Parts: sequence; C-alpha cells; structure tokens
Amino acid sequence: MLADDRAELVDLLERWTLAAEQMTAGQPAGTGAVDGDVRLPPDDTGEALDLPASGLSITFGFGPSLFRDGEGTDRFGIADRQPDALRELPHFPGDILDPARSGGDLCIQACADDPQVAVHAVRNLARIGFGTVSVRWSQLGFGRTSTTSTSQSTPRNLFGFKDGTANVKAEEGAALNEHVWVGDDAGAGWLAGGSYLVARRITMTIEVWDRQPLGDQESFVGRTKGTGAPLSGGEEMTEPDFDMPGSNDQPVIPTDAHVRIVHPDAHGGVRMLRRGYNFVDGSNALGGLDAGLFFIAYVRDPGTHFVPVQLAMSKNDALTEYLKVTGSALFAVPPGAGPGEHVGQSLFA
Amino acid sequence: MRMSLVATALVALPLLAACTQNADTGSSAGSGDEADPRALVVDSSADACALSSTEAPAGTLTFDVTNSGDQVTEFYLLGEDGLRIVAEVENIGPSISRALTVNAPAGTYVTACKPGMTGEGIRGEFTVTESDEAVAVNADEQELVDQAEANYAAYVEDQSAQLLEKTQEFVELYKTGDDDAARALYPVARTHWERIETVAESFGDLDPMMDAREADLEPGQKWTGWHLIEKDLWPQRAEDYTALTDRQRATYADNLLANTVELDSRVQELTYTVDAIANGSRGLLEEVATGKVTGEEEYWSRTDLWDFQANVDGAKVAWEGVQPIVEAKDADLADQLSSRFDELQALLDEQREGDGFVSYDDLTPEQVKDLSDAVNALSEPLSRLTAAVLS
Repeated sequence: MLADDRAELVDLLERWTLAAEQMTAGQPAGTGAVDGDVRLPPDDTGEALDLPASGLSITFGFGPSLFRDGEGTDRFGIADRQPDALRELPHFPGDILDPARSGGDLCIQACADDPQVAVHAVRNLARIGFGTVSVRWSQLGFGRTSTTSTSQSTPRNLFGFKDGTANVKAEEGAALNEHVWVGDDAGAGWLAGGSYLVARRITMTIEVWDRQPLGDQESFVGRTKGTGAPLSGGEEMTEPDFDMPGSNDQPVIPTDAHVRIVHPDAHGGVRMLRRGYNFVDGSNALGGLDAGLFFIAYVRDPGTHFVPVQLAMSKNDALTEYLKVTGSALFAVPPGAGPGEHVGQSLFA
Repeated sequence: MRMSLVATALVALPLLAACTQNADTGSSAGSGDEADPRALVVDSSADACALSSTEAPAGTLTFDVTNSGDQVTEFYLLGEDGLRIVAEVENIGPSISRALTVNAPAGTYVTACKPGMTGEGIRGEFTVTESDEAVAVNADEQELVDQAEANYAAYVEDQSAQLLEKTQEFVELYKTGDDDAARALYPVARTHWERIETVAESFGDLDPMMDAREADLEPGQKWTGWHLIEKDLWPQRAEDYTALTDRQRATYADNLLANTVELDSRVQELTYTVDAIANGSRGLLEEVATGKVTGEEEYWSRTDLWDFQANVDGAKVAWEGVQPIVEAKDADLADQLSSRFDELQALLDEQREGDGFVSYDDLTPEQVKDLSDAVNALSEPLSRLTAAVLS
C-alpha cells in the first residue's frame, strides 16, 4: 500500500471486486478493451479478448503489515482486528529469502486454465491500483502441482514426481471445514469463513537432482516415480505403511522420506489445501534452471497447520538437500464476497 | 511498494498417460520380452520366485522384479556357490517393480527372492550361456574391491588426523588473539574437513554443531562451529557485528575442538563399501555444485576455492580408489572421468595464489561460469559411477 488512508483502501477493494467479477465472468474490465473513447487508453488491456473465462479464479489476501507496518503504525485503523495467527512466518532452516520476493500488504492469486487469462487478470488489477498500491513481487507458475478435486489426476512437480496426492479435495467438505476454513468460533471475527494463504517460492537444484539414481530419488520422496505408490506398496492412493520393515533393518519407507516427514500422522492429523504451481524463471548465472515449486497452501491456522510441518521438513526431510526457499509470505484470505459486497468487507465493517 | 501479485496459471493439457504400455508394468512371470532373451521378468510372491526364463545368453541382463506378495522382498543373483552376491535389488514393496541390470558372463548362477527379507530365500538355478557379447571378466575383482575399501578407510583416517592437528593449532591461535595467523590457517584446516565432508556429514549430530551456516539454524538452535568463528574473524560483511569476547572465543573454540576429537574417534570405527566410496565421490561434487561454486559456503572469509579444491581432492581419491574396477567394466566411462577431473583441475589451477587460492570475490562471473560448467561436465559421468562399480 502506498496510500495510508482507510477510505482509499476500501475504495481500491471495491474497484478490484468489480473488475474481478467482470473478468471471472469472461468479460473485459471496465468499459472494455475496444468499446471506449478513442481518445482514451482502453480500460481493459485486451489480451484476453476472444478467450473464454478459462476457469479464472481470483483470491485476495491481507498480509500482517497491512495491520501494522514495519514501524508498528496502524495506517488503516485495523490493528486491533489483526488475527493472532497472522504474523510473519519464523525463519526456517534452509530459508535464503529474497526480501524482494517476500511479504506484502496485499496479495492476489489469479488461477486459470490459460496463463494468458491469469496474467491478464493480474495486469489489469495492478493497473487499477496504480497510485494506491504498487507491485512488490509477482510469480508466474504453470502446471498445477496438486489436485484440488477427485476428478483430476495427480500432476507432477519438476522433480518428476506426482505431487499433492493427499491434498484436501473440493469434495471433502468435512476436511475443508477442519483444516482449511477459519471457523466461526469465538475470536475468528471478520475472518470467519476465510482462510490463510502461505506462499513459499521453493527453488529446486534441478541439475543436481537429475543426477540422483532413480532408487535414491524414490527413497527421498518415499513413493515410486512411475505410479506414485508409497514404497510400502499398492497404488497411488494406498495409505503408506510407515512401519513396514524393509531391507537392512530399516523401514521400507526411509525415516527421512518426504512422505513420512510431512504426513498428517506425524503432525496430529493436520492437512493443507495446496494450490501450488511449477515455475521456471529462465536460467541463473551459472546456466542452471531458475526453477522450482511455487508452494501455495490454504490452512485454517498457520501456527498449527503449516509451521510445524515446515519445520519438520526443514530439519529432517531428505528432499531439503535439493531445495532452497527463496521467497515467503503469509496472508489472511477474507471470506468470499456476497452480492453487493466488496472483498474484505467484514474487516472494515 | 507493498502489494504482491501472485499470478498462477494452470495449463490444461490432457495427460497422455497410458497410451503406451510401460514395460515395467508387466506383472506376470513368463511375459518376458520375446525379442530380447536378456530381458527377464521375475515374479516374487509370498511363496514362489518365478522367472520368465532360467537361462539367458551372456551380456547385460535385466531382471524386472515385481513383488506380488504382501511383504517387502529382495532379489539376488548369486554365484554358483550360492554365497557370492553378483547383484541384488532390495526394498521392493508389495505390488512394486524394480529393475536390476547386471553384466553376467557365462556360467551357473543361483537366483533368490527373499519375501520378508529373512532366511536364504526362495532359490533356483540360473544359467548364462556363451554368446557373442563380450563381458569383461575380472578375476581379481574381489582383490580390487578389498584394496579400494582399505585404501579409502586409511585416507579418511589420515585426513581426520590432520584435521584434528590443524584444528588444535587453529583454536589456539584464535583463543590467544593471533587473528592474522588464525585467518591464514582457517582454510588450510578446513581443507581436511572438506576432503571427507560426506563422511563427516554422516554424523547427523556433529555436522550441525561443526559446520552449520547461520541460515541453516532452526529457531532456538544455538550456532557453534567453524562458520561462527569465521564470521568473528572476517566480520566485514556483517551488519552491526559485535566481536566475541575472549571468554566467548574460548567457549566456541573448545567446543569445536571437542567435536573434532569426537569426530576423529568415530571415524576410526568406520568401514566403507565400494558403492559407498563411489557415492561419496558423487556427493563431494554435489557439495561443490550447491555451495562452493556459488560462493555460499565461506560467506565471510571468501575462501570457497580452498573448499572447492578439497572437495575435488576427496572426490578424486574416491574415484581413483575404484578406478581399476571400473576400467575393467566400462573403459569409456573411466576415460571420461579421468579427463574431466583433469579439465576441472586445470581450471582450478588457474586460480592458485601462493599456497592457496584467490578470494571468491576476485573471480569474474565468466570464471565462475567456467568452473560451474566443468563441475557439471564431471558430475554427469560421475552420477553413473556407482552403478558401473556394482555392475
């Protein structure tokens, strides 16, 4: 936020809500790309003309610094409404964070079946905000890395493995209530029905990974690379048997395998709704791919559903040898806006 | 400057799965590839070990082992005596397939499936017949293996002893405030650590106490070891750094020395198999690729090239230990590895200065890229070393 005026923030959210409604319906923003006064720049930037809505979804979030900035200043009169769980994430081992890829007062996640439609949404929302907000960082992803519905087959991350097999699915109503949505219990306040968005830019050391023997890769993950079955056997959706004995007096799923370290059984049953994507931002100075997983998870409480899992992964997971976390952010995602409402209306009510 | 835009796009492409049948999914014994008599299918069930054929022509054989039982199984190709392991594949979970490739000269063998991993397994005879495909036979292989294992153990013990000696000198200089001498000795002492880094790292309790970088720490974890002292000796890049007191110096120095003594004592107990030695060689080059060539390891002192050289030293010793075994089995790979080690060394030699190396900061981006390219060029064939040693 460039502005420190509450009315300006609310006005921006109203304008964003309107534009998001138009674009998710497959319409151009404002008066459109080609129907306006020829003496004016078009309201809509035009690159999504002739394209369908492409399943576009737009999600907004509020970062901790929106409530209290770096100096602790309450710029918008909402400091007393900052949820307890909305704090800067702690430092995790292996975090090499780039401040220019981390944090933020506000966030927008735009997802679509066509990247051109998603980028169009972000571009137009950023344009609407000029003067009130400025872009701190952005990340383009491709090829979702988690299934979010039982109707989807599990896609692969850039390690070549199926990712998100055990993700919370849209069809799992009870699990969504338990793990994803902030309930309407006391203390939830304006965030009741909302969620938290954890964003982590996880860089993979692709070239080193590619030189690992197949058997080692599968041991690091705890699943086969082909079908995604746990090393304890069965099919992709078979529950892993962490106690099954393997060769050399070790369990067949190694003690530092990713699937074991982050499994809900190791964390009191907590699960996440992941909506992550692969990314490739060209190559780095050494000619390696600047690539990895843009991890995005929705949880009802990052303190219980994300931090302990990430900490265990940073400390004990064999995969971390091939990962560097280069960006990190946490946002509170307000509940969906009803007809006539703007995004985040409950926060300013 | 405070808004973040998260644009993610899903490209909806139909998955082209299951259009072609993957050979790995063949699950029933007897369906071995008719066209290739060297491709064998093994069905390891709870009470049987069925092979698609009990005979194959000499050459590179592939056993595609599927576990149709409900316990983890293993598959072995044993010598005629039923004792000597020619090749093995472990940890095959229920309904999972694993491929095992082995160069087998003509002769009589024994196959064994071991469901539940106990006992001598379900055994059968297996015959490899004469063929036109030449298979290298090295009658003295066991001797070479024994020699490689003994030599590597001696190397690690020697490096560990030198590390201990140099660390003693180093902590003394550091405690008495002779910082110039301590700075000069720092990369020399660490050379002995870096040469055996993959061994040192295998002690999961000692490694973080001795070699953690600040960013590696978890909340609440106390920082100790080499890099803490490094920062105290080279605080130029640190913001608002407060130098350690004499008492703090003594504490951290004594801690480092105590851990080095412990490391040295544990190293005496270690033995190494040839595949572990080959993996160690690969692992040391990975350390170079992820930490040294990028200048991340010695963030404060900028002595990364010393560590770089030391990792390469250790990798080369490990390679040379198994080289006679590989020369007999895959001469092309052996040649390639030898020449790529030489090429990397020639690049490193260009950066020598006095008894050591120039600062990482003195490297141009082009020089870093050249070094990185040479590391990649070596790492690719090195990633095939273990399989070649075991083949």
